[in-house]
Amino acid sequence: MPDLAWFVVRRLAAALLVMLALSFAVYLIFYALPADPAHLACGKPCTPDRLEQARHFMQLDQTTIQQYLNFLRGIFVGRTFGEGAAAVQCNAPCFGYSFPLARPVTMLILERLPITASIAIGAAVIWLLVGVSLGVVAALKRGKLLDRLAVGFALIGVASPSFLVGLLAILVFGFWLNMVPVNGYVPLTESPVDWAWHLITPWLVLALLYAAAYIRLTRAQMLEELNLDHVTTARSKGAGEARVVLRHGFRGALVPIVTLFGLDLGGLLGGAILTEKVFSMQGLGELLLSAVGQLDVAVVVGTTLFSAFLIILANLVVDIVHGMLDPRVSHG
Amino acid sequence: MVGGCGLTFVGCLCVAWEEQFELSGVLVSSSVAGTVSPTRQALRRVRRDRSARAGVVIVGLLILIAVAAPLLVKLSGQDAYTHHIDLLDPARGNAPQGAVGGESSDHWFGVEPLTGRDLFSIVVLGLRTSLFIAVVATTVTTVVGTLIGISAAYFGSWYDAAVSRLIDFLFGFPQLVFMIALGIIVPPGFPRWLLLILVLSAFGWATLARLIRNQSKSLVAREFVEAARSVGSSGWHVITRELLPNLLGPVLVVATLAIPGYITAEAALSFLGVGVPPPTPSLGRSISDSIAWVYTGADPWFLVFPGAALFLAVLGFTLLGDGVRDAFDVRMRRAG
Repeated sequence: MPDLAWFVVRRLAAALLVMLALSFAVYLIFYALPADPAHLACGKPCTPDRLEQARHFMQLDQTTIQQYLNFLRGIFVGRTFGEGAAAVQCNAPCFGYSFPLARPVTMLILERLPITASIAIGAAVIWLLVGVSLGVVAALKRGKLLDRLAVGFALIGVASPSFLVGLLAILVFGFWLNMVPVNGYVPLTESPVDWAWHLITPWLVLALLYAAAYIRLTRAQMLEELNLDHVTTARSKGAGEARVVLRHGFRGALVPIVTLFGLDLGGLLGGAILTEKVFSMQGLGELLLSAVGQLDVAVVVGTTLFSAFLIILANLVVDIVHGMLDPRVSHG
Repeated sequence: MVGGCGLTFVGCLCVAWEEQFELSGVLVSSSVAGTVSPTRQALRRVRRDRSARAGVVIVGLLILIAVAAPLLVKLSGQDAYTHHIDLLDPARGNAPQGAVGGESSDHWFGVEPLTGRDLFSIVVLGLRTSLFIAVVATTVTTVVGTLIGISAAYFGSWYDAAVSRLIDFLFGFPQLVFMIALGIIVPPGFPRWLLLILVLSAFGWATLARLIRNQSKSLVAREFVEAARSVGSSGWHVITRELLPNLLGPVLVVATLAIPGYITAEAALSFLGVGVPPPTPSLGRSISDSIAWVYTGADPWFLVFPGAALFLAVLGFTLLGDGVRDAFDVRMRRAG
């Protein structure tokens, strides 16, 4: 499939370009505007020469463009701040160095990623299964009780802000019924059972909210698809109902579902900010929130770029999958 | 065709409806008007739809409350800023005295724990803030998105390409992350409500613009547009008289469905502490403040009232938006 290969290459190049433009914009916005990281690092009292020293050490005395190029180079070859014994090493891939936390941003992100990924992927599995199957059933039983229930459930889910549902879940299941732990995270490698047990509430809360969109989308798509000519043809040729629904109806509904799923998951992996805050999980979103609180620009830029990277990656994957699922997408 | 509102934290409604548009191809054709205009037909359909009617009632009521909020507060004889320490119970960590969060004939929703401020005033004024920000952001994004979308389709060439790339760029942006991070760099003196509107609008117009661009693209190729062009109509005339009336349906649907998204986004940002600053009442911040009181069980009512107001607002606009969408969507309409 040389066509498809060419399509993938072009999409990849486009994604790289968007990423580059994005990183430049983010860098420019956060480093050209008022909050001065050196000022915060230099301590009190901050004499002009100490400030100058801090600036030089953090390599903020260069032009913005030079700083951005340093940042880009750091991703590939790493960076060293300062000289001699006081030098701070930031190994490749270096996405900046947090002076307040005295850690490379890459390390900080990698430490937090498993938590956010655990929340996002677990919830995604649940909402995909529940949302899509309920959507299909609702479409098949259109107008019946089951359809009404599914649509009602979807409406509540769509209309509920995640933090509100999360708080209610903690209140009811965590405190009143005392069934589930209310916060904290146990690494998967430590104890898979405790890991899942601590994550079950955030998973269900997120899944409830996201499944709603999938029920609505799947239902609408299935209704649309089942009315198309090729489905009628398949039926008239005597194909079994299960075959009609799955091979002909569901296949057509798959593309938009995959699109939505890829984007949702990509967005959530970059930081399930509200969920992490509600359930006191120390994920990427929490990293960003605390960095904002401490005016830690390097971490803010790093996490923002990392989230952007995941979203662009999700777009890319979705585009490619889309190209494979739907032959109508032009590869040319 | 890959979309995304980026505001994935609100459950990304946008992609869902965008997909529906692109696949069902909502087009209100003016050429097949018959005797009743499509808009009138759609209105009739909204009126017949039971859940849409419920949406209209809820939205109408909430807008009324939001508009009359200062009046209602005055009517209740309270305000959102006076502390009533005497109504708190120091033995229970300054939670309100009495049942239902200190509810009484003076304080209809009780009082806020720790400060003793009147919760009814906080909720109705907070609702006013939420709706105000959401409606202004929706208006701005609708106008900007429609204009940019139509003009991109109409003028085409490099302008269209540039707009499309800009939209791609905005979709790649982690919006919530960015909105939070902006908190660092915008000077504290800058009014936050304005910042919220600007930020929500800056990202929000892209979804609509892309939808409108794609819809207009197919309209521009149609005969009636060509006819208008061939008799020498100006670009402005074609856009406002030929294209815009045909796009009214999609624009209206997207605008109505965008409002609950903005309400949630504003509440989420306030919940995270980067929304409107205290002491301005805000539903999101009250919900955030209530966490500790909910966890200790000292005053769960502090969550219930603002939470219910927020839920109702989002639910009402979603019901209404769904109704408008069904009414304008020719193919999804119940045939007979």
